[in-house]
Amino acid sequence: MSEPVLRVKDLRTEFAVRAGIVKAVDGVTFEVGRGRILGLVGESGSGKSVTGYSILGLIELPGRIAGGEVLLNGVDLTKLKGEQIRRVRGAQIAMVFQDPMMTLNPVLKVSTQMIAAVRAHDNVSRKVARSRARDALATVGIPSPEERLDAYPHQLSGGMRQRVAIAIALLHKPAVIIADEPTTALDVSIQGQILAEVRRLADETGTAFVWVTHDLAVVSSLADDICVMYAGRVVETGAAADVIASPRHPYTAGLLASVPAEHEPGERLPQVPGSAPSLANLPPGCAFAPRCFKAGPACNTTPPVQHFEDGRTALCHYPIEPDSCQPLSSTSTTYQNAS
Amino acid sequence: MIGFFIQRILQALLVIIAMSVIVFVGVYAIGNPIDVMIDPASDQALREALIQRYGFDRPLIEQYFIFMGNMLRGDLGESFIYRLPVIGLIFSRMPATLELAVSAMLIATLLGIPLGLWAGYKPDAISSKFIMGLSVLGFSVPTFWVGLLLIMAFAVELGWLPSGGRGPVTDFLGMKLSIGSMEGLSYIILPAFNLALFKLGLLIRLTRSGTVEVMSSDYVRFARAQGLSERKVVGLHVLKNISIPIVTVFGLELGSTLAFAVVTETVFNWPGMGKLIIDSITVLDRPVMVAYLILVVFLFVLINLVVDLIYGQLDPRIRVRAAS
Ligand SMILES: Nc1ncnc2c1ncn2[C@@H]1O[C@H](COP(=O)(O)OP(=O)(O)OP(=O)(O)O)[C@@H](O)[C@H]1O
Ligand SMILES: [Mg+2]
Repeated sequence: MSEPVLRVKDLRTEFAVRAGIVKAVDGVTFEVGRGRILGLVGESGSGKSVTGYSILGLIELPGRIAGGEVLLNGVDLTKLKGEQIRRVRGAQIAMVFQDPMMTLNPVLKVSTQMIAAVRAHDNVSRKVARSRARDALATVGIPSPEERLDAYPHQLSGGMRQRVAIAIALLHKPAVIIADEPTTALDVSIQGQILAEVRRLADETGTAFVWVTHDLAVVSSLADDICVMYAGRVVETGAAADVIASPRHPYTAGLLASVPAEHEPGERLPQVPGSAPSLANLPPGCAFAPRCFKAGPACNTTPPVQHFEDGRTALCHYPIEPDSCQPLSSTSTTYQNAS
Repeated sequence: MIGFFIQRILQALLVIIAMSVIVFVGVYAIGNPIDVMIDPASDQALREALIQRYGFDRPLIEQYFIFMGNMLRGDLGESFIYRLPVIGLIFSRMPATLELAVSAMLIATLLGIPLGLWAGYKPDAISSKFIMGLSVLGFSVPTFWVGLLLIMAFAVELGWLPSGGRGPVTDFLGMKLSIGSMEGLSYIILPAFNLALFKLGLLIRLTRSGTVEVMSSDYVRFARAQGLSERKVVGLHVLKNISIPIVTVFGLELGSTLAFAVVTETVFNWPGMGKLIIDSITVLDRPVMVAYLILVVFLFVLINLVVDLIYGQLDPRIRVRAAS
């Protein structure tokens, strides 16, 4: 893989709330290459959206970026201020937000919002901006884009609004697009269309995507690489096919086990026991230990990043050995059930 | 749209009729104007003759219908005191109040919206806290007292501005206005500012809370993610969104300022409608009181209608609801 276009290093984002400091993003590290799609997976509250906002420098008080680097083509975005970061946002790196109902201003026409987005970076006439907006709407498969331009957001369905948001992200052909669960509000056939469109864009234009989702089925069909987050930390990374075929972190294994497609209809789905911890008072050591079937005595200390073949990593004291590895490591004798 | 219009006008008519009954009965209950109108020493015959002439001997209901009948013909009667048609009397005073109210609204808007925007955009800045403190003063300090302070400071101590009255007027579209000349302007500044204070406080708070809300919305964050400049974010998203509540309050306040500028007009001896109505009440000049109150209701209804129309233009979601 060539030099990655986006490289996030040890990113840390904190919110100062009444209960204390919430470390919503706690040392997140990953990278995405040109034309690659990274699936960012994790339960609700694991810090996926905050990671996206942090990359674009959109964190507002009481939050702040407490450390780390966000290198976009080698430039650290966390160091940019005011006008410098404004020139990057939307032009070199764009983001599609999670909730399509809230991302467009209800009292402004689609055309007004899109023309403003075009003219934020390109000094073109309103007419030119409008025709570029229309083309972008056509790209994401919106029928009769000219009429849609004159609509207000409430006149569009949720799926349409989400496509408008994606079209806005595409306007300046950015190097990286962070898409925060952009297809969760869409029905399956439209979701399929959009995913195919995204794959084509990545392959043809070299746009890199960070595709945030908790739908592993989407990840397996779309992403090249996977990054699994739990409680603000990256717990596992690797090529999507490898991670799905043989997860190394017990949390990833739990997530995969609960994907419906892997089971017979009617069969009860296994679930990861327990629920996501509150970020304000995490247990010391591994945050997943209380729910983990492999938890052992070492788990109340901070787990190390373990490196495996093909550049895979897992943040775990007792990673799962792939089936092919016959001899269990010495630590396996201490495996025990958490219950 | 037309249905909405007709409905609104019918509502307005009902309100005006109800209002006229209440006012008429209320004023009738206060007392017999004849006692105020004539010299207590005059003889019984003169008194009887006057009562006959004004129809005070007839039953209330009959007096009411005579009044309403005349009103439909555009005749609101004649002032008992000035012996002039009421309409002419009110309209001769209206330009003074109109220019005072409009100037006050202008001051409140031109100062209030930028200050409120700033206070909402930087809610934690010292300057914002200061602005909010001022707005509380605008709300809570009585108008007449501020008026007196203004006179003390700018007219008596500094001698920069006149202490009261209306000064020279110039003709504009058949209305006599002060704002046409520099000297006239110097007369209107203090009362207009005095009248503006409450509205200023109100507009600052309204603008600020709207700005805070919009700035923390997802669509503003999305606009920033597209690289929109802060100026564009405020100028496009914030202004458009907060204009909706502001237009509503502006309309209501314009109406109440026109109708009830009484205190300021009294303090500054401004010869507007407010002073006219106060004077009429003290002498029980019934036709003036009734006509004035009906005019006020009419103004309110009219302003509200205009506000509703603008509202529909500003908020596309309302338009849909009105159409369905
Ligand atoms: N403005 C804020 N103030 C305080 N805490 C916040 C704020 N924004 C986010 N957080 C914290 O960050 C954590 C991660 O939130 P985030 O929205 O990134 O989760 P997510 O992984 O995107 O979840 P979901 O799948 O539900 O979208 C939340 O649990 C929340 O406690
Ligand atoms: Mg999220």
